[in-house]
Amino acid sequence: MPQIFKRSTNMLARVTIYGTVFIVAALGYAVYAVDLSPYITDVNVAKDQPVPFSHQHHAGELGIDCRYCHTSVEQSSFAGVPPTQTCMTCHSQIWVNSPMLEPVRASYRSDKSIAWTRVNAVPDFVYFNHSIHVNKGIGCTTCHGPVAQMPLTWRANTLYMKWCLDCHKQPELYVRPRSEVFNSNYQPPADQLKLGRALVKEYKIQSLTNCTTCHR
Amino acid sequence: MTKPINATDAANLAAIRARLGQAGGKQFWQSLEELAGTDEYREFLHHEFPRDPEKEPVDGTSRRDVLKLMAASAALAGLSACTKLPDQKIVPYVRSPEEIIPGKPLFYATSMPQGGVATGILVESHMGRPTKVEGNKEHPGSLGATDSFAQASVLTLYDPDRSQVLVHEGRISSWAAFLTAIGTARDAHRTTKGAGMRLLTETVTSPTLKAQLDALRAAFPAMKWHQYEPCARNVVHEGARLAFGKPVNTVYRFDQADVIISLDADFLCSGPGSVRYAREFSARRRVDGPESKMNRLYVVECTPSNTGAMADHRLPMRAQEIEDFARALAAGIGVHQAGPKGAVGKHERWLGALVRDLDKHRGACLIVAGEQQPAMVHALAHAMNAALGNVGKTVVYTDPIEAEPVDQMQSLRELVADIKAGQVDFLLIHGSNPVFNAPAELDFAHNLLRVKLRIHLGLYNDETAELCHWHVPEAHFLESWSDARAYDGTVGILQPLISPLYDGKSAHELLAALLGKTGISGHDIVREHWKSQRPAKEKNKDFETFWQTTLHDGVMTGSALPPRAVTLNAAFPSTSKQDIAPGLEIVFRPDPTIGDGRYANNGWLQEIPKPLTKLTWDNAAMLSPTTAERLRVSNGDVVKLSLNGREVRAPIWIQFGHAAESVTVHFGYGRRRAGRIGNGVGFNAYTLRTSGSPWFAGGLQLERTGEKYALATTQHHHMVDREGKKVEEESVNADQRDLIRVATLAVFRKDPKFAQDHEEESSKALKLYPGFQSPGYAWGMAIDLNSCIGCGACVTACQAENNLPIVGKAEVIAGREMHWIRVDTYFRGGLDSPETYYEPVLCMHCENAPCELVCPVGATVHSPEGLNEMVYNRCVGTRYCSNNCPYKVRRFNFKLYSDWTTPSLYPLRNPNVTVRSRGVMEKCTYCVQRINAVKIEAEKQDRDVNDGEIVTACQAVCPAEAIVFGDINDANNRVSKLKAQTRNYSLLAELNTRPRTTYLARLRNPNPEIEV
Repeated sequence: MPQIFKRSTNMLARVTIYGTVFIVAALGYAVYAVDLSPYITDVNVAKDQPVPFSHQHHAGELGIDCRYCHTSVEQSSFAGVPPTQTCMTCHSQIWVNSPMLEPVRASYRSDKSIAWTRVNAVPDFVYFNHSIHVNKGIGCTTCHGPVAQMPLTWRANTLYMKWCLDCHKQPELYVRPRSEVFNSNYQPPADQLKLGRALVKEYKIQSLTNCTTCHR
Repeated sequence: MTKPINATDAANLAAIRARLGQAGGKQFWQSLEELAGTDEYREFLHHEFPRDPEKEPVDGTSRRDVLKLMAASAALAGLSACTKLPDQKIVPYVRSPEEIIPGKPLFYATSMPQGGVATGILVESHMGRPTKVEGNKEHPGSLGATDSFAQASVLTLYDPDRSQVLVHEGRISSWAAFLTAIGTARDAHRTTKGAGMRLLTETVTSPTLKAQLDALRAAFPAMKWHQYEPCARNVVHEGARLAFGKPVNTVYRFDQADVIISLDADFLCSGPGSVRYAREFSARRRVDGPESKMNRLYVVECTPSNTGAMADHRLPMRAQEIEDFARALAAGIGVHQAGPKGAVGKHERWLGALVRDLDKHRGACLIVAGEQQPAMVHALAHAMNAALGNVGKTVVYTDPIEAEPVDQMQSLRELVADIKAGQVDFLLIHGSNPVFNAPAELDFAHNLLRVKLRIHLGLYNDETAELCHWHVPEAHFLESWSDARAYDGTVGILQPLISPLYDGKSAHELLAALLGKTGISGHDIVREHWKSQRPAKEKNKDFETFWQTTLHDGVMTGSALPPRAVTLNAAFPSTSKQDIAPGLEIVFRPDPTIGDGRYANNGWLQEIPKPLTKLTWDNAAMLSPTTAERLRVSNGDVVKLSLNGREVRAPIWIQFGHAAESVTVHFGYGRRRAGRIGNGVGFNAYTLRTSGSPWFAGGLQLERTGEKYALATTQHHHMVDREGKKVEEESVNADQRDLIRVATLAVFRKDPKFAQDHEEESSKALKLYPGFQSPGYAWGMAIDLNSCIGCGACVTACQAENNLPIVGKAEVIAGREMHWIRVDTYFRGGLDSPETYYEPVLCMHCENAPCELVCPVGATVHSPEGLNEMVYNRCVGTRYCSNNCPYKVRRFNFKLYSDWTTPSLYPLRNPNVTVRSRGVMEKCTYCVQRINAVKIEAEKQDRDVNDGEIVTACQAVCPAEAIVFGDINDANNRVSKLKAQTRNYSLLAELNTRPRTTYLARLRNPNPEIEV
């Protein structure tokens, strides 16, 4: 009885076996890549807003302090999104007829809130607190990226737990002097590690990595 | 292992007694099932949850369906992992309110009225949503604590079954239409000066409401105002009339009393001022060391109560016989008004010791009569307190706090008589639900229909609303402006935390409408009243300052009623005392958790285990083991109770310590229109009640029906299994290792270290690995069992704080209640009058936590500060942890217990605590959200957390201050000082789990004349 498989079939078997390993690995990588891609993480994806508000113009060109609008960032877990009234402090005087600002004026007239699209969000089981971070010398741009260069706002980091822990494990790599927290053009010095270590000591920064720090 | 006895047969109680007798009366036990050693008990004992598939609640899903669903959900779970978080919206204010910082709660002071009497509270508000009630430290009736009712009031506020629309003859109508209708009625009655007009309200202490009622009576002089609440304090006022000729308000000062006698009074857990009384009482039982003193409590009562459980000497006695006992006691003290000395029979020796103890503590003793005892008992208590020189010291009299302290039974009787005589053509009913709870012989429902125009104002479209032409939804007390007096007369302003969810109206607004003043808000009515009526001392202040201060503090300064002198009548009018009826007596009580029925639709209150019985979701006919034996009935047997031709069917519950030949039934159950929680639960005890014998009656007939009824009790749930251990260690101090440790004060003085087991202590030194270290903070808790009164407020507070779901009766029967803290009840001694001890058990936060070792996914881990953390999003539901927890404090979401679909319940939740889903384990976190919030504030101010700054929910609510939490690394902290006491011990210390929660042993202070 002749052989059913020719000798060349061996090649096919080898390709299949090694190929499968390769394909599985490639698939795994693909899932990983998609998971970290902007499609899933929304990183660097500018969101449409009811009013095309530009941080670049307000915070960057005009130099308005972050806290002018995000008033509760130093006191509360939530940094605060400004009420329509805050917009109208200026826009009742300037650009009063701009069609772009009509939703703002309409909101102020009708007493109906503007529904902004959330850009930076963590899942519901994460209890993040802004106030403790800014009080311990973590700058706005450390997490939110170069906001003063964003025409429409986008998410600068994944806000994944791994990303949080990068800093929680080594805060000295990211901490800056408290006076520079709201400086949107801050550049870390060349000797960040030295400065960071000094600040960690001065600000009594703890490296909190236990679960109930954020989950409860 | 002992042979099980069939506990379902009452005849076997004798065998149980024999077994208890062999133990010499020193053994602690928890339930009849435990004593009998039933299979059900063993199942609960040996497993964290019972496994008998027959007990598994069946919901019609077959095995095949389950497999199909599992396959489908596995596939869908795979798919859903590919989606990303949906876009969310941020909706800021248009104009930001001044005080609100998003993410930070605000606290407002207001008062919670119960039976008209106010308890001061602070309500936590998140962005305008009231979520949690705390006590108001400034308020004399609260002192910072509350009861379960106050904790659960937020759930009633958001109850989806609350009345949401104004109804006219079964159809939805409007406030405007209603105003027109009552305008017409008002005009029609003007000519007759309101002769056919009647108002029926609950007890009124509100000065503003009283002023409005007076104005209404001025406008309609022939109108009559009636008050009715089923559990009003009629006998209290009647007793004062007997003693002093006029009604007075009695304020007790338990902090001044060394010897206290309660004549059927549950002063720790019911009645006005009970929260404060519990605080004062337990403060006098606080023991720092052998030199400390304790007060002594004697309780004579029929139905076992929390106060009875705290007693150093407790005498179970039929309710009818207590008057005789009071007379004998009064005669012993030398009160001449007592009349002929009643017979006390075998209690002569007890009574003698009591009299001598009182005599030794003249001016520092106190006699308290129960709200359910006849007026004569109250009058005698007043006379005894006067004779013992207690007036002005432990007891103070003031004017009544009620606007008009009438006999409400009589008031309702008069109303029904007028209706029968055809004299009533307009009836406004506020709050009270007489169709459900009026005495049976008045046939209120039938008579009500004779009234031409019937208007009902209430929170629910209930049994009474159904029979009225108009039903107006009432604003909840957290939605409305009002005022009310506390137990000592202090006025608290009720301010709304939220505008009415369903456009409800307050009584003030309705009365204003009746007066023809429409369009005036509740706020203006209350404020206008106090503009002219503020207390004399406050008159020199600017009104706005006075008003703002009063609102801010929750208390009106200078409004407490001043003490007044009273003169005792030389002789008490002889009351027509009913002869003690032979045979069974029936005793009526408001339910300990749902009250007179008004809280029937509150799931939290339905599911917190009732003190002592640990029953949930039901009432029962309670009787003593002896009587059960005689009648050959046992737990869950359905019996027919008949009294004067009226009957009701009720399940039996054998209650240890209940007086023999007496049956207690609780009100509040058997509601027909309470809502989806309260409908058709339990039986209606009001059907047996008559206005002539409102609290007890003789001549009860009890007949077995042969049917069984499943009662959901948690008494034998989560029992700590020590059976194997006991046998193994028969020789080594096994009895000293009880979970509950008790001694008398005398023993404690001789042996201050009685609670400590030296072998246990030495085993702590044995370790293979270095011990757990908390270099920064080390959180720990101490629970003083000498203070705990077993009220269960901690359970409700935890439920409110930590978003705990309710599970329903069937799931409770299966042992799946979700409470993170439970109050274990232990008995010691015979079945008929055992000593009772409470022990709140929550997660011990063991340093060597057994649960952490077995979790395959690291969902329960240890924090450096010693918290045993539960990470919900890691948990896959293996339940290994709860299987390995010797304390059985872990709770598993077998089903989706949290209500994720009812919109009105969303705002109720604490935003700082995750709402758990199905398949997740959970347990006490030491309120980690509160720890973190305080730590963050302290860090921001660059300082350490101060002692007492972090207060857990259970600690905050505790009226007895039994729970203390703090950093045990600092020896100066309160918690460390408590743990340093010799009474301090850990549960199951021999397992070397090193629990962070420890207990301080309970002490009793018996009279050496009665018990050596």
